[in-house]
Amino acid sequence: MEFKFDIEENKEQIIAFKEFLDSKKDTPGPLMPSLQRAQDVFGYLPKEMLEVISRKLSIPMAEIYGVATFYSQFSFIPTGKNKISVCLGTACYVKGAQSILEEIETQLGIKSGETTKDEVFSIASARCVGDCSIAPVILVNEDVYAKVKKDDIAEILAKYN
Amino acid sequence: MITKEKLFEIKEKTKPSLVEKLLESDRVEFRGEDLVLKGEYYKKQVRIALKNCDIIDPTNIDEYIAMDGYFALLKALTEHEPGYVVEEITESLLRGRGGAGFPTGRKWNEAYRYQADKKYIICNADEGDPGAFMDRSILEKDPHSVLEGMALGGYAIGSDQGYIYVRAEYPMAVKRLQIAIDQAREYGLLGKNIFGTGFNFDIELRLGSGAFVCGEGTALMESIEGRRGMPRPKIHRTAHKGLWGKPTIINNVETLANVPVIMNRGAKWFRGIGTEESPGTKVFALVGKVENAGLVEVPMGMTLREIVFDIGGGAQDGKEYKAVQTGGPSGGCIPAELIDTPVDFESLGKIWSIMGSGGMVVMDENTCMVDIAKFFLDFSVEESCGKCVPCREGTKRMYEILDRITKGEGVEGDIERLEELSETVSSTSLCGLGQTAPNPVITTIKYYRHEYEAHIKDKRCPAKSCKALIKYEITDKCIGCTRCAKVCPVVAITGKVKEMHHIDQSICIKCGACYDVCPVDAISII
Repeated sequence: MEFKFDIEENKEQIIAFKEFLDSKKDTPGPLMPSLQRAQDVFGYLPKEMLEVISRKLSIPMAEIYGVATFYSQFSFIPTGKNKISVCLGTACYVKGAQSILEEIETQLGIKSGETTKDEVFSIASARCVGDCSIAPVILVNEDVYAKVKKDDIAEILAKYN
Repeated sequence: MITKEKLFEIKEKTKPSLVEKLLESDRVEFRGEDLVLKGEYYKKQVRIALKNCDIIDPTNIDEYIAMDGYFALLKALTEHEPGYVVEEITESLLRGRGGAGFPTGRKWNEAYRYQADKKYIICNADEGDPGAFMDRSILEKDPHSVLEGMALGGYAIGSDQGYIYVRAEYPMAVKRLQIAIDQAREYGLLGKNIFGTGFNFDIELRLGSGAFVCGEGTALMESIEGRRGMPRPKIHRTAHKGLWGKPTIINNVETLANVPVIMNRGAKWFRGIGTEESPGTKVFALVGKVENAGLVEVPMGMTLREIVFDIGGGAQDGKEYKAVQTGGPSGGCIPAELIDTPVDFESLGKIWSIMGSGGMVVMDENTCMVDIAKFFLDFSVEESCGKCVPCREGTKRMYEILDRITKGEGVEGDIERLEELSETVSSTSLCGLGQTAPNPVITTIKYYRHEYEAHIKDKRCPAKSCKALIKYEITDKCIGCTRCAKVCPVVAITGKVKEMHHIDQSICIKCGACYDVCPVDAISII
């Protein structure tokens, strides 16, 4: 997908982010918290911001890239306004989570890890979210849907459209 | 800063109203002097690590204090030397609840005796085993017990800095922990000169970012230091050279939650619960196809039968109980005939499974064991960090073989090839992830070889779960209601109203929609 990081629109967040980096300079091991903050604030890791991290914390871009690609929660493309996570933990799996994921993929026309063209939804790969006693579980942003059935999907998605 | 007197004062003030509130809610009852949750589900449980869960308000430090919270820390700091704490924990025989079962006291003793200018204590809250959420509950419902456990550990080994490494998938746990840390700091229970004894200890939260392997101690340290979370070669013990090359103790959440209780009630009391070699209790996440899913904390040595049937109520919907999977991707499937096995570190090891962190996933007759092995291998393939070739490539090849088998493309010799690869991967990987990744395959082959053979030789899935090996057919029970035809996404079902319908096998994609919708169970899977 094509996208561009809008520096003008994110002006205030960028200033706040730079201040955050300054405050982390003397903390041991500042890279992970910095990447997490960037992901949180901008919804993904814009290259422009990784360069800021690199300069401020004196860490080479190659190293940052190596770390960022290792962890599955970091994304290099913008994520949708609503993030859907289908839990694929064991408890959810034995209760049919795979077919729930397939249903969502079909309805949105994207695969897990992708974002819809209008950037309204993205499907994130999810590890066990720890709600095993109410499996199968899906999360839309921070809303938890318990004991989900295939028939419920359309209704759930409609709430966020 | 809080003083001894003030701590007593808070307890005296908070406890009566807390007890009254709880008794009024009718959720709790007294068992001896302890407040426990009411109901059949809790009768056989003994709660130590979960003792405050669902009883106190986790965002209110006073309620934790009312339940004797921070008194163990007070006592240790004001009455005992650090060595005493190490001794007491050693004496209690508390073993690591994260899975490996290493004696906590021995670990602490290593760091206690090692001289260094800086030492660290880490709480491993990167609970990643799918189907396990014990630590999550403790972090969300009783975060102070973990903080107190860490402070006691810090005092014991001579550390002034703790880290809690929490996985990012637990946002609520992160929130509650931060609240708890802030409150403890405000009361002076964390920070400088705790209880005026000159002991300094503070805790910082660090978040994971979705890498299962970071639950491995050295990988976790790499991650905190800001690198890819890849395990280190074990040249040094982490108790000597860990985080930033300093002596570091890393304990699991549940282990730490046990510590204040042991210090309060004594090692002897703790040894009286559970078995001789595995004292105390263990929390399990009893989930999957079980009637009463949820967290259970039981004395070590209780049999699987008691846990799955007496507490869990057996398999769901009257189906036949088939197996229970313990230990997540590192564990194994325990078949129904071994249901009387006591659950402790030794007994589970003998039957090729492991205690693991406490996930217990119940499976019924419709769960295909080859598919389950494939599910776990898929997980290990994804989560292998890629450092060791046998783990990175071996798990992938094993997954491919399993995938073929479930698609009906298995060939003679596949089982043997899987066994050979299992041996190689487990004996040549650096960390626990690789060493144990083949376990689900090994145990399912050991106990369910016939299922593998049915897939390979007869092209049949005995559990009727593998899509490629099953067929949906409409039997003469059909009343011709047309519901199945309407719901079929590929129009494979034809038939007139009130006449028997028919599925065209060449079109059918085996989605099971017709099966779910049929009002008279006329559709059968063969």
